[in-house]
Amino acid sequence: MRTKNVTFKSPWLPYLLVAPQLLITAVFFLWPASQAIYQSVLRQDAFGLRTEFVGLANFRRLFADPLYFDAFVTTVVFSALVTGISMLAALVLAIMADRVLRGALAYRTLLIWPYAVAPAVAGVLWWFLFNPTIGLVAYALDVLGYEWNHFVDGTDAMALIVIAAAWRQVSYNFLFFLAGLQAIPRSLIEAAAIDGAGPLRRFLTIQLPLLSPTVFFLMVVNVVYAFFETFGIVHATTRGGPGNDTVILVYKVWRDAFEGLNLGASAAQSVVLMVIVIALTAIQFRFIERRVEY
Amino acid sequence: MIERRPLLSLITHGTLVLGAAIFAFPIWLAFVASTHTGREVNRGLSLLPGDRMWENYATVLGDGLSTAGAPPIGLMLFNSTVMALAIALGKIAISLLSTFAIVYFRFPFRVLAFWTIFITLMLPVEVRILPTFEVVADLGLLNSYAGLSIPLIASATATFLFRQFFMTVPDELAEAARIDGAGPMRFFRDILLPLSRTNLAALFVILFIYGWNQYLWPLLVTTDEGYYTVVMGIQRMANSGDQLPQWHLIMATAILAMLPPVAVIVAMQRLFVKGLVETEK
Repeated sequence: MRTKNVTFKSPWLPYLLVAPQLLITAVFFLWPASQAIYQSVLRQDAFGLRTEFVGLANFRRLFADPLYFDAFVTTVVFSALVTGISMLAALVLAIMADRVLRGALAYRTLLIWPYAVAPAVAGVLWWFLFNPTIGLVAYALDVLGYEWNHFVDGTDAMALIVIAAAWRQVSYNFLFFLAGLQAIPRSLIEAAAIDGAGPLRRFLTIQLPLLSPTVFFLMVVNVVYAFFETFGIVHATTRGGPGNDTVILVYKVWRDAFEGLNLGASAAQSVVLMVIVIALTAIQFRFIERRVEY
Repeated sequence: MIERRPLLSLITHGTLVLGAAIFAFPIWLAFVASTHTGREVNRGLSLLPGDRMWENYATVLGDGLSTAGAPPIGLMLFNSTVMALAIALGKIAISLLSTFAIVYFRFPFRVLAFWTIFITLMLPVEVRILPTFEVVADLGLLNSYAGLSIPLIASATATFLFRQFFMTVPDELAEAARIDGAGPMRFFRDILLPLSRTNLAALFVILFIYGWNQYLWPLLVTTDEGYYTVVMGIQRMANSGDQLPQWHLIMATAILAMLPPVAVIVAMQRLFVKGLVETEK
């Protein structure tokens, strides 16, 4: 790793400077992470009096647990929907905003602020709009002949948390798509226009291929968001219900630890999640390296 | 736009206006609901604001929802502000110092220190919930501002961003400072810090929103209502058990909970976009 060519010298100052950051990292990140790994191979009896080493038994039980498998499937479906919907909507809006000459800034302002709304608050807003008895959207659906009820219908509940999670994320994706589109040299597009390519053709043959690094980057970021940052939406609205239809992995870790008080199982789930995060981050870094060459 | 296509322009503006309207729709209805009485809201369906705005907002700010066991929103907003500021400023302060050391000094274990910090990027609170909670409980930090903010202020993102920026600062500046007899801290304070101003501000916007919107962490470490944050406290009202939720007050709270971060983004839009696009790269 590079430093500056010009550096300062001091036997103790650099250690003093990195100490606060390292101390917090060690106490609140490294130690708990190692504890999670350690606890995942232990089993505690019901009273917390005795713990014994059980090897990989917690993991074996976890993977054999149909509830865990269901939560996994739910999370994958949820992430795929949130990522797909929010990216598609953002791409359409970004293409439109990129075409606008006057008022572009005003449109950007109108489109980016939902990013500031916390996931939990977004969840509560849509929870209200879709409320089967008083919600306006539920009423409109009723007029159209669809009886919406997220308290009993798992699909409705899933749709609700997908909408709440995607609504907020569109802003984020929009900003990155817009930045990506505006980085494409105008001359390329003008040359294509002179050669007689229409807007759609120009988009498909020039803009989309040049945007592909952004698309890939956003896909990873959105999957990470849907996997790990949407706890608030589920917890503030459906609470995993009806039944277990909206239990995502992060929600299950929390519930098993704080409501089920099952330490070993929760720790094993934490370790699985850590592996997922590290894999996703590794993908992201590979991609960044490649983009630098590009 | 390359060529004149009136129809396409119309579609363009139409889509954008429609998009903005869909974005704003839930907020508008939340605002409308927050200006009616509870009974009117439960009867449903109004698209225009009522006349109860001041009463409702005064109620949530001053009294809170006693039925839901929630403290006054005024207090929760204060707690959120303290937490968001502590996290944003804390992250910036400790990352600035550690990055300065890593970039401007050569010392044993330098690379190890950088990677240790970097690993934190990989482990969000969500994946190590219980052990982190145990550490905070053992340190006696439950129900305190320190417990709400300190565990979240280690930041790989800020370290990464500052490193990238410091590497672009010309070496001549450090050389000149050294020739003039300035020590490392003098150089840091008088030259590096003023140069980083824009980056600091951009990062502050991003981190303030990050801190304000924390949900799981306050949920874990606060049992005392006096330390609830507003984003976390709102779920206590929405899930008020058997009682009919008091939607007009919940929506007033929701509006208050999103107002500060939205105001920050809109007011500092340029910095926000810069901060977001650069930290994520």
